[in-house]
Amino acid sequence: MDPLTKNSYKVETKNLSYSYEDHKVLHDVSLPIPDKKVTAVIGPSGCGKSTLIKAVNRIGEITSQIKVEGEVLFNGENIYRPGVDVVELRRRIGMVFQKPNPFPKSIYENVAFGLRIHGITGKEQLDSIVEQSLRQAALWDEVKDRLPESAFELSGGQQQRLCIARALALDPEVILMDEPCSALDPTGTAKIEETIQVLKSDYCILIVTHNMQQAARVSDYTAFLNLGRLIEHDLTTNIFTNPKNKLTEDYITGRFG
Amino acid sequence: MKKNRKLAGVIFENICRFFTIISLIAVVLILGSLFLKGKGLITWEFLTTEPLDGMTKGGIFPAIFGTICVTVLMIIFALPLGVASAIYLVEYAGTGFLARTIRAAVNNLAGVPSIVFGLFGVGFFILFVGRNIDKVLQTGLLFGQPAMLWAAATLGVLVLPVVIVSTEEALRAVPLSHREAAYALGATKFQVVSRVVLPQSLSGILTGAILSVSRGAGETAPILFTGCAYFLPRLPVVTIPYLNIPMINPLDQFMELSYHLFIMATQSIDAQATRPIQYGTAFILITLTFILNLSAISLRIYFRRRHKR
Repeated sequence: MDPLTKNSYKVETKNLSYSYEDHKVLHDVSLPIPDKKVTAVIGPSGCGKSTLIKAVNRIGEITSQIKVEGEVLFNGENIYRPGVDVVELRRRIGMVFQKPNPFPKSIYENVAFGLRIHGITGKEQLDSIVEQSLRQAALWDEVKDRLPESAFELSGGQQQRLCIARALALDPEVILMDEPCSALDPTGTAKIEETIQVLKSDYCILIVTHNMQQAARVSDYTAFLNLGRLIEHDLTTNIFTNPKNKLTEDYITGRFG
Repeated sequence: MKKNRKLAGVIFENICRFFTIISLIAVVLILGSLFLKGKGLITWEFLTTEPLDGMTKGGIFPAIFGTICVTVLMIIFALPLGVASAIYLVEYAGTGFLARTIRAAVNNLAGVPSIVFGLFGVGFFILFVGRNIDKVLQTGLLFGQPAMLWAAATLGVLVLPVVIVSTEEALRAVPLSHREAAYALGATKFQVVSRVVLPQSLSGILTGAILSVSRGAGETAPILFTGCAYFLPRLPVVTIPYLNIPMINPLDQFMELSYHLFIMATQSIDAQATRPIQYGTAFILITLTFILNLSAISLRIYFRRRHKR
């Protein structure tokens, strides 16, 4: 059975169209995203990859006027229906951004930030969750002796793993990653990819990437977007070895994009 | 042709340089003459004693004391008001018609001549607010007359645009990526503002506060009718009953450096005899402002280093 036809997905966009101001960025995108797998979104610049994942935790609307048609289902419920608690939604859907964006606080306080704003303040509880999150992000051994130092003292790759730990601290169900390695060197990139491999056994991961080798290495499923439309979505091995669409083939073989 | 173009550049550069030097000369002349004629007068006694003999002799302590008191009171008025307005404008008001109108109003407020603020202070704070407090509290004529409280409130309105604009700038300087990170962790708008934006913009807000102090401390017109005194044989201090703690009395009048300078130059019984005191007073006033500006600048440098990534 093709796993893509299964009925229960962690996240699923259904005929999603998404506009900023009057500019329509996504057209009728229907993409199922299964749990405990990595789904990669690839496509040329400006194809709407970032917009797609920013639609999943409703972060796109904090800076712009947006218009949404269609649905984004999270555990089967449309997150754009009236009355959805956006704050709770974002607690359950973590996000890692394109550029590492730690707060100008200590390493410890960066990871503890999300816990504090959700009312967890017990010292022991904070300590244990901070340690566990940093371990999951494969950063603990490098920073365990310097937790009170500023997060800006870390290298770019370490900062990005700190941002992953910060998202993990809230025990989310989904992790969104918006080109998480685009600002990193190859070593930093390799570490993030290793981390993703470990995390996928517990989380539903949706990653946008500009780098096709990366998509091939880390993901189970790949979706190819072009000009705001979903062109093809399949098992990663199928997309890269036997694409069905001519556009997909041209893109992955480097003929455009 | 090519030579002509080069020549035009050289001429333009030199014209600009010439005008820069002229404005520099003005500053040097003012500061230089104040320093040369004022420095010999600045003694401990001058700073700590009261004016004597119809203000032709003695020191300027009451004026220094009054200036500091009214400035502190001014900032207590202006800071919460200005910071709250700036937070509203940047974080909540958006870019709609109302927000644009408020912004335009704030910018226009910055351009209103200070004497207009002075008259506004008399009309609004003393005659309207003060007299009505008196009426309600049955206090006779206590609030409805010139007092340090009203002078500080008037100065507060005057420096409000400075506080608002500098706070707005400080808030806008917080990177969007930090706000996004906090929102993505499920922070509410209030948590984003209070835990991410405000801590990061504190230095900018503080700098704005200090700059507004240095602006307000030198103003004469707004306090002219609202509370400062030609001469006051006592400090504006009361002793709190039972506790025996001296406290600044905001309902008293006060002496102030820039006003002191003004009356000595124009209304003194012997303007010639007060000339040295005028230089001394101006020197102290400029020094105070300078120290405040300098602390604003060093504060900004300190925080910028700390936040550098």
